[in-house]
Amino acid sequence: MYETRYHKPATIDDAAALLSGNDEAMLLAGGQTLLPTMKQHLAAPGDLVDIRGIDGMAGIRAEGDTLVIGAATTHADVARSDAVRKHCPALAELAEGIGDAAVRNMGTIGGSLANNDPSACYPAALLALGGTVVTNTREITADDFFEGLFTTALDEGEIITAVRFPAVKKAAYAKFAQPASRFALVAVFVADGPGGVRVAVTGAGEDGVFRHEGLEAALSGDWSAAALDDVEISEDGLMSDFHGSADYRANLIRAMAKRAAEAASAR
Amino acid sequence: MTKVTMKVNGRKVGADVPDQTLLSEFLRENLRLTGTHVGCDTSQCGACAVHVNGKVVKACTALAVSLEGAEVTTIEGVANGELHPMQVAFNDNHGLQCGFCTPGMIMAGIDMVNRYREEGRELDAAAIRHELEGNICRCTGYHNIVKSIQDAAAKM
Ligand code: FES
Ligand code: FES
Repeated sequence: MYETRYHKPATIDDAAALLSGNDEAMLLAGGQTLLPTMKQHLAAPGDLVDIRGIDGMAGIRAEGDTLVIGAATTHADVARSDAVRKHCPALAELAEGIGDAAVRNMGTIGGSLANNDPSACYPAALLALGGTVVTNTREITADDFFEGLFTTALDEGEIITAVRFPAVKKAAYAKFAQPASRFALVAVFVADGPGGVRVAVTGAGEDGVFRHEGLEAALSGDWSAAALDDVEISEDGLMSDFHGSADYRANLIRAMAKRAAEAASAR
Repeated sequence: MTKVTMKVNGRKVGADVPDQTLLSEFLRENLRLTGTHVGCDTSQCGACAVHVNGKVVKACTALAVSLEGAEVTTIEGVANGELHPMQVAFNDNHGLQCGFCTPGMIMAGIDMVNRYREEGRELDAAAIRHELEGNICRCTGYHNIVKSIQDAAAKM
């Protein structure tokens, strides 16, 4: 790892000041992606601004029907939170399936969303649940947040402070995990919420997480696994690599969507 | 350089370290606690697993300076006069061969037993295998590791 300077500001304003005008600086949360990336010299931030010392950055609360999860909340805390299990069990299950127990004790929801790895789990949850990313300067809806591989609508120096998830009637997440990394080879999050039925696919798209209109239309008409049998799933724009070809991934999208639809009904 | 202080195995320790120092490096090189092994250095093998404030983490994927004031337990700190039941169980059940993965297995094992107990969940063989997702062993084929953790769970 190259040399870096570590900062642990106590307030969001101090964090923003450390980031402002310093394009060598990067935010650090759980570090479960950033630190390995730094070891490989794929990132070499001159300054690391750790947000875990900021009051209120971690924690989970329900505001009426809305679940609010602080950006620095770990996957382990989301997985075992009573509020999450009650409001959106699918989200708790998703968190429980990320990485392994040790990684879940460090990795955070804000870090995962800001990184927007094309095979990460949380982007699918945010997009399917129609959540909102709250930053130090504004709120960004899920539909506006993801802009492509490892790219989001976040501006230079903008800091995610929390993520809000509206209540949904039903939801489930089905992941076909890459067995070594536990990332999604393909995973599908289905939800029936205030914005209607939304289906988000991760692990498959060349541009990262995406919604699948065909699956959404089919589930809106008839929420059942069988309704997805004849939905056309195009291989266009799907990743093809040594883990799986585009047509294999297309097939997995249907298989995972069916599993998720069934799991959501069974709850 | 930053001065970092923490409590490691109950003892207050501190050192000036470069900011990019990993917890695994701090433990092994500054404190000479070489029981925490570094197998992969890429967050996969779990040989470096330690407990930070009571929770298992991978010491190769945490910055020492970010853990100012933390309480850290390493494999050197689990025995309390006599071996920890998890250590005894690995011994009794032939849960190790070369022993390289063993410190991480024991730290992960203690964590999962405590966690399942706290949540009132049953830690059966399937659950142990699932929980060992982040710990790799190249020798044993895992059967005896699973048996060891089951055995220890009954005695802890
Ligand atoms: S050395 Fe840390 S996980 Fe392998
Ligand atoms: S006993 Fe040799 S790696 Fe596990």
